[in-house]
Amino acid sequence: MTASVISAGFHTTVQDCGRAGLRKFGVTPGGALDSVSLRLANLLVGNPECVAGLEITSGRVRLKVEVDRLVAWAGGEFEMRIGDEPIPILHCARVSAGAVIEISPKHGGRVWLAISGGIDVPEILGSRATDLRAHFGGWEGRALRDGDALPLGAESELCRRFRAAIPIGVSDWSAPRFVPRRRFLRVIRGKNWDDDIGAKLLAQKFRVAMNSDRMGLRLEGGEIGSNNPPELVSEAVAPGTIQLPRSGAPVVLLGDCQTIGGYRKIAHVITVDLGYAAQLQPLDEVRFELIELEESRELLRERERDIALFRAGLEARFG
Amino acid sequence: MTIHPLGDTALIIDLADESSDADQLLALSLFAADAIERARLPGVVDVTSAYRSIALFFAPGQVEQNIKEKIRALILPKRARSRGKARRTEIPVCYDNEFALDLARVAGHTSLTGDGIIALHASTEYTVACIGFVPGFPFLAGLPEKLRVPRLESPRTKVPAGSVAIANAQAGIYPFESPGGWNVIGRTPLRLFRVNENPPAFLRPGDRVRFRRITRAQFDAELE
Repeated sequence: MTASVISAGFHTTVQDCGRAGLRKFGVTPGGALDSVSLRLANLLVGNPECVAGLEITSGRVRLKVEVDRLVAWAGGEFEMRIGDEPIPILHCARVSAGAVIEISPKHGGRVWLAISGGIDVPEILGSRATDLRAHFGGWEGRALRDGDALPLGAESELCRRFRAAIPIGVSDWSAPRFVPRRRFLRVIRGKNWDDDIGAKLLAQKFRVAMNSDRMGLRLEGGEIGSNNPPELVSEAVAPGTIQLPRSGAPVVLLGDCQTIGGYRKIAHVITVDLGYAAQLQPLDEVRFELIELEESRELLRERERDIALFRAGLEARFG
Repeated sequence: MTIHPLGDTALIIDLADESSDADQLLALSLFAADAIERARLPGVVDVTSAYRSIALFFAPGQVEQNIKEKIRALILPKRARSRGKARRTEIPVCYDNEFALDLARVAGHTSLTGDGIIALHASTEYTVACIGFVPGFPFLAGLPEKLRVPRLESPRTKVPAGSVAIANAQAGIYPFESPGGWNVIGRTPLRLFRVNENPPAFLRPGDRVRFRRITRAQFDAELE
């Protein structure tokens, strides 16, 4: 029971919802940069929402699944085909043994692919996510290469019921889109926010630098200025934290960020917009909009309610 | 003690105003992180400490309304008690030239001889202030004043696994090969990060650490 990687694409990794509770040992939570997309893709094929799937960055990926399975994808502007048949985003599709799945970018970003049964790499420190900086987890602690053969886990009873409900092709059920199509990220004030720096962050348009990766989006093209910042004692940072290094060019931390940092934390991208941050590519433009902490927490509770509602809807139909 | 949001799913508790002494602040942070972790507050999925602050991370959408009061109640009444016994650990280090990539640079900055640097480095007791940068990398507080030298002007893209290094007021150990800008003065044969063990880090925040000088032959014998 494997999925063979015919073309691994530009940067594809095995990810789940990440590792919890290990920050004090320097272990970053990691996992899918847009965990909502992975969770929805998993729910669509009948998996528990946090089993391991693939995170695909740009590039064209082709996989051959050796057994009958269900697949779903979510995230950015991509196209997916099984053989010649196009598979719409946020639907569940049958794939027969030996068929080839192809995923290619239209406007880029990242997508998450779930396969019924999940990708059954060994669980390390409570997760199957790939930790690229420490080289463990996922598939041999690294991004996939052509020729890798990914083991697939056993399908749940729910997966089998889903399959029975798809006589051919694609499901009549789909998931709502959670990633907003906007060109700004909503932020809340950070511990080292001040009105002068904040005004500059909010007034300008930034460009995502080429050396951005799963650790963070490095921004250029705007000037915040460093005004001789005080030396700060290192503190915890988190995905979404916007750090201001001495260069004056802000960095938005993403899922693979360090656990602590010594730069000023001027603001934080709100959790519900991290999925959008994960879609930004080098040379994309981005702006920021300030909202209040309570609003961002309410948006997050709302999102979790929406996901719970979608899960409950599937369970009501197939459970 | 001041409490600040770290995004919408975490809080930073800054203890800087509780003392003017860095050692006391570190001890208080370690104690506070431990107390909060033991309290198993609802919704809390992770707790960390760093020098003079701690951070609490919550499951999405589960930050409690009255969490600040709970945190204050857990930490403030007991803050004078600080911490109990610390674990003591010895780290073997080979300081041979082959491993001590920046010993000459440190000598240049400090006007100490190579042997003087090693003697000072190995005769000091350090405290693990926190673990970060990469998994298992200990930030060690307590580096003697005389050994304080700036980071390299341009960081190395690859620092070998086990490298024992110093920069400014801190000492550290690279658990595996990674980029880095600290002055490397030796290498340990120990593996500081082990993914198949729990906890995965050889050292823990609050541990007391000493370095023990070993020969190249001992290094080869002890290499993990």
